[in-house]
This record gives sequence, structure tokens and C-alpha cells, in this order.
Amino acid sequence: MAARAQPISPWPGVAAAALVAMVILGTLATVAMRAESSGRFAPGDFAAIRFTLVQAVLSAVLSVGLAVPVARALARRRFRGRTALVALLGAPFILPVIVAVLGLVTVFGRGGWLSGALGAVGLPPLSIYGLHGVVLAHVFFNLPLATRLVLQGWQEVPDERFRLAAQLRVEGWAMWRLIEWPMLMRVVPGALAVVFALCLTSFAVVLTLGGGPRATTIELAIYQAFRFDFDLGRAALLSGVQLVLTVAAATAALIAGSGAGFGAGQGRAVRRWDARGRMVRALDGAWIVLAALFLCVPLMAIVLAGAPGFVSMPAQVWDAALVSIGVAVASTCLVLALAVPMAAAVAQGRFGVVEVSGLLGLAASPLVIGTGLFILVRPVVDPFALALPVTALVNALMALPFALRILGPGARDVVAAHGRLALGLRVTGWRFLLLVLVPRMRAQIGFAAGLTAALSMGDLGVIALFADPETATLPLQVYRLMGAYRMDHAAAAALLLLVLSLAAFWSLDRGGRWHAEA
Amino acid sequence: MKHLVFAAGFLSATATVAVAQTPELTVYTYDSFVSDWGPGPQIEAAFEDRCGCDLNFVGVEDGAALLARVRLEGARSEADVVLGLDTNLIAAARETDLFAPSGVTAEYDLPVTWDDPVFVPYDWGYFAFVHDVDMTPPANLRALAESDTSIIIQDPRSSTPGLGLLMWVKAAYGDEAEAIWEGLSDNIVTVTKGWSEAYGLFLEGEAEMVLSYTTSPAYHLIAEEDDSKAAAVFDEGHYMQVEVAAAMETSDSPELARDFLQFLVSETAQSILPTTNWMYPAVMPEAGLPEGFAQLVEPEKALLYAPEDAAALRREALDEWLRALSR
Repeated sequence: MAARAQPISPWPGVAAAALVAMVILGTLATVAMRAESSGRFAPGDFAAIRFTLVQAVLSAVLSVGLAVPVARALARRRFRGRTALVALLGAPFILPVIVAVLGLVTVFGRGGWLSGALGAVGLPPLSIYGLHGVVLAHVFFNLPLATRLVLQGWQEVPDERFRLAAQLRVEGWAMWRLIEWPMLMRVVPGALAVVFALCLTSFAVVLTLGGGPRATTIELAIYQAFRFDFDLGRAALLSGVQLVLTVAAATAALIAGSGAGFGAGQGRAVRRWDARGRMVRALDGAWIVLAALFLCVPLMAIVLAGAPGFVSMPAQVWDAALVSIGVAVASTCLVLALAVPMAAAVAQGRFGVVEVSGLLGLAASPLVIGTGLFILVRPVVDPFALALPVTALVNALMALPFALRILGPGARDVVAAHGRLALGLRVTGWRFLLLVLVPRMRAQIGFAAGLTAALSMGDLGVIALFADPETATLPLQVYRLMGAYRMDHAAAAALLLLVLSLAAFWSLDRGGRWHAEA
Repeated sequence: MKHLVFAAGFLSATATVAVAQTPELTVYTYDSFVSDWGPGPQIEAAFEDRCGCDLNFVGVEDGAALLARVRLEGARSEADVVLGLDTNLIAAARETDLFAPSGVTAEYDLPVTWDDPVFVPYDWGYFAFVHDVDMTPPANLRALAESDTSIIIQDPRSSTPGLGLLMWVKAAYGDEAEAIWEGLSDNIVTVTKGWSEAYGLFLEGEAEMVLSYTTSPAYHLIAEEDDSKAAAVFDEGHYMQVEVAAAMETSDSPELARDFLQFLVSETAQSILPTTNWMYPAVMPEAGLPEGFAQLVEPEKALLYAPEDAAALRREALDEWLRALSR
């Protein structure tokens, strides 16, 4: 494969990857160079690294482990509301941390609904605070994402394989062994790596639900180095540790997930003839109901909290909503411009490093990127004038790993299936991109764009480091309202954010699919 | 797309150049000051009325981030005034040699004497635990530690009130501070990144008390006509937060910067602050405190370390805190 001619050049993708790596490593180096002394670990840092690893591994394994049966159930069943449920799966992931945490606490907290129900039958209230709370929150954030990634793996198995399986009466264990297991082996490592990297840099969730300084993560140590000690060297060093851990996880995932695909099909809607027994159907039903409840009840709590203040919301919230939409559009375009060529490069098999570079965005501390960019652009232009472009850029870097995860496997299959024919027909370069790659990957591109738009809308990003009064984004406005004691309006603004993010996600994700299959 | 991004940046950059005809004053402050619900907009309008200048607020997260920003920028900073440091940050701020004497004179109404020539206090408050009125709060920190009252606090590494509590326990108990923290560790439901998370969780009913300010109930009284929240008075005294502003040595309009600092302690600004920043005014306005503030509890004893002592102690206090709560 290595020496074969390819219909599309990998170099634009490699260049995009280099650009991403340059921004992330460049900002890190800038911060390190600005430091007065080179960084050293403080006594608590190793405990922080250990705790970070433990919670990230647990969160990743649980999120993806639970996502497999849920995705399998969703792949096998068709029911009313399935499309809505699949779209809703994007929701927790895109919420600002503080909103999601308050939603979770309303349900699982000491004074929450569940504790209330337990109290009614004479049981003590739940305690959500501790390692289990952290993992619970991370599963709430990442289970939906992992489910979507794994579900996509099922959907990329061509319909023809299932038809053949049905004709040969391949069911149950044989179906698992011949189709599902090999597919999972390709998809699961990548999903694990993404969730792991995401939980590695998590900080506010971990601190709030972790119950105290035992739950100190690397990101909090960076915060401390930067804010409490103003020790830029240590901040850069710790950020480097995050990068190394993520690169290690990504490389392992890459090696583990490099199996061959299922070849091409005609891209028809998948129909399944297996798993029709009553037991399997009940089991699938149970998984779907449980997952839906776990995700939707806290979302309900957010809706109920926000509804009363929605009508009286101050005008500034709507202005901020417009700003956020602008930022989301910019990051989405930027992500697609980077991710599609990068996915095309990944598709050719020799450029795993492209994929690793894509994951860096997740591992980099926003505080360090923001500070590095600030130092870099300051001599050239007033950083405050660049608040929104920089926010869009950083949001794009954070979303890029997801986009690559979504686009990568599909691009690999398209190039493998159509590459030779395209070469024979001399459909190469731009024409291959526009005539073959993009049309065949509409669903994945739509999903990636939707996720990026929603993520960028909901993420506080670096705007808090740069904002002036006129350029507040919606998440920042939520924080400002809370800071001014206006919790009702903050809840209402959070609801607006949820609605907008979901709308962006839903419209782009739906727009990408030309058959009714989710 | 990148072109568009850069174009957007370029456009907003030229937009700021276009208004640079009148003298301009750039004030760095924390984010909640500039928010539409903070004092920023009213202060800006009132000062621009009298100065014939253009006042630009730039919001940076919070006090600690503000100082980090100024340190990063150093002598090349655009800031003329930095507003929003507190006594825990003054020593570090002084060390940078970036701040100039204020020349401000005022009759301060602070529970402590203030004669710092550089840093001008504009408002202040007491840290306190806020609770629902239907509970009887413990009488002091030690009683709290011995009780089973649940509390939510903020992390001193990322939050101003969190650091305030650290200094409070240290100021009240000295060498016994670590023992008090060990006693408190089973009361603490959780430690949050910032004030908003903690207060939000408290309002959700996650704990009986939350670390905030004695002035917090004033918001509920005045803005929401809700008298269900109160702050507990502890008999060992309450640690204070004094918020200060200072002019930058490197400012290109030092006169204007000094005028602004003087304006901050004027009747006009001081009347705006209590009901927008929800803190006590540093100089009592002629009309006195707004209604609602009168109903607030008043601690009998104010605790406050001098900036240099606070700077010397905070490392040790943080280590004690980490040890006691990690056990």
C-alpha cells in the first residue's frame, strides 16, 4: 500500500497537521521561554498526575464500555424518536461545565431528586462528591459522544455485509465474531483515546465533584502554577506532561485500531435481519431506556431551571448569543478546512502522525494556549481586538480531534474503495475531493461540523482571558450572570445555550445525511 | 476561512483606532466588574461625563488573573489603571515595580487604617458563611468544625474567597490552623473552582452554608426582596477583603489615571458600588448605605493581614490546607 499511487495528495493534510502542532507546541514553548526559571515539579504534582491518570482511565473505560452495548442496541433497533435520541446524544457534551454540573447535582446531589426519592423510603441521601462523582460526570459528558463514535462504526459496515450475513444465517455469536468484534477493534481504541484525552484536561468538573484537594488534576496544578505562584516554567512543564500522556494514548490507540475495514458497499441504508429474539430485543430496549434516562433527566433539570427566567432574560444575553453563533460558524469552517485534508492524509495509511497531531488540541491546556497566543500576538496587534478570532481558533483546535475521529475511518474506506477507479479515470486532487471524497462522506462531515459548532458554542474557551465588555460570548454571559447573583437568568441563558447548541448540532448533522437512516 | 478570521480581527483593530481622538484611559479589571450587571457601565458613564475622555474597561477573569496579565505584559502594558486587586495580591503587585503612587486623599471608612501611597481601596467586605435563616449557625469556626453542619468552600488556588478563608483561619487560629482544617474536613461537601459554582450549589440545596460575604444577603434583600438568607457572625472575627486600584507607572496619561483613582473614592462612584458590586463603600456616601445593607450583620472584629504578612504566610497556609484536606 505504501508505494501505491493515490488519487489525492496527502501533503495538504500533513501541512494542516504541522500547522496545528506548531500552534500548540509553539504556544507551549512561548510560555516556557517567557518563564524566569525553567520549570520544576512541586511536591504535590506527582499525586496530581496519578489522580489525573486514574480518573481519566476509569472515565474512558466506563464511557466507552457502556457505549458499546448502547450503540449496538441503537444500531439494531428502529423505533419512533430514535433520530431525536441520537441527536440528543450530542447535548451533554456541548454544555458549559458549570451548567452540566448543576444539572447533574439537581438529579444526583444530596438535595437532588434521587436523594429525595431515597429519603421518601427512609434511605440516606446519595453523595455525589468523590472519585465516583467525577467519573459519573465524565460518563455523563462522554458516554453520548462515545456512543455516537461507536454507532458510526456500525453504520460504516456496508449493508451488503449484513445482507450476506442474513443469507448465511449468521446471527448472535457468529455475527459478533465475524462483523461486530473486528469493527469494534477498529473503532474502540480511537474512542478510548479521545475520551481519555478529554478527561485528562478536565478541571472544574473534577474539582467541584471531587470533593476537595485530593481530586487535584494536572490542569488545576497548571492553574495554581500560573495564578497562585506565577511560575510559568512549571505551568509549561505540566502542560508538557499532559501532551506526552495524550500522545502516548493516541499512539497506542493508533496501533491498536489499525485493522482492515469491511471494504466498500453501495452506501444503501443498512437493514438488519438478525437479533430478532424476544430476549435480545428486551435487552436492547433496556440499554436504550437506561441510557436515555441517564442523559435526559439531568437535561430536564436544566430545562426546568431555565424556563421560568427565559422570557425576562436581559437583552445582552441575546447579543451574546449572536456573538457565539459567529464564533461557532468560524470554528466550524476552520475545523473542516483542517480536518478534511488531514483525514485524507490519514486515509492513505502512512501518516499516523497526522492523527496524533490532531489529538494534541485536546491535551493542551487552554490556559497555556491562551497565554502563549497572547504573548505571541501582543507585539503585533492588540490582543483584545483579537478576542473573538482567538476564541474561534482555540475552540477549533479543541474540536479538531473529534472531527478527525469522525472523518478518519470513513475517509480510509472511501480511498480504499474508490481510489483505484478514480486513478484509472484520472479523477485526482481537487476533483477527487469534490466528486468522490466529500459526497461519500457527507454524513461524517455533517456530524463533525455539527459537533464542532455545538462544542464551540458551549465552550468558554479562552474568551475569559481576553474579553472586553462588548465581546461576551454566551457561556461567558452565563458566568457573568451567576457572578452577579442572577442565578435565574443564568439558568435561562444556559437553556438558550443548550437550545442553540442542539439546533446547530441537529441541523448540520441532519443536513449531512441523505438517507433517513441515523 | 483564515482570511475571514484575520479580516475580522483587522476590522475590530481599526475600529479601536478610529475613536482614539479624545484622550483614552484603559482600565484593566476583573470580569464581573465590567459585566452589564456590575458597576462598570455606570462608573464608565459617570467618569466620562466629567473627564472628556474615553474610558475603556478590559475584563480579565478575576483578581489573580488580572495580576498575572499585568506581570506578563510588564512595562509594555496598555493599562493605565489596574482595578480589582486585593490585600492578598498587593505584595506581589508591589514587587513588580509597575505601579505608581496614587496621590489620592480620602476619608476612608474602613475597619482598618489605610495609608498605602500606591493602592487605593474602593470597596471592602467581610468573608462569611451564608445560610438559610431557619437554621441556627455555629458561633465560630471551631464550633463549625466540631458540628456536623455541611459547607461548600472555594479552592484557594483558583479563587479569591477560597484564599480569603485560608487567611481567615490562619489569622484567627495561627498555629492551630491545621487542626481547625482537619476538623472542618468532614464538614466540607466539596471545594469548587470559583465563587459562582459554590454559590450555585448552595442555592441548589447541596449544603447548609457556603463561603461568601456578609453582604451577600443584601443582594437577595434588595434585588429579589427575599429575606431567607443570612450571614453567620463568628465571634473570633471575620477576615476582610479590601479591593484596591492602582495607576501604572508606565501609563501615558498619568494625570488622567490619578483623576480616575480620585473619582473612584468620590461620592458618585461610592454610591454606585454597594448595589452593583455588593460590597461596602470605602468612603461612606452622604446618603449613607442603601436600604437592605442596614439589615446586614456586622462582625465585631475585623481580621486582616498586612499585604507583606499575607504574602509570607500564604504558602505555608496553603500547604497546611492541602495536608489537612488530603488526609
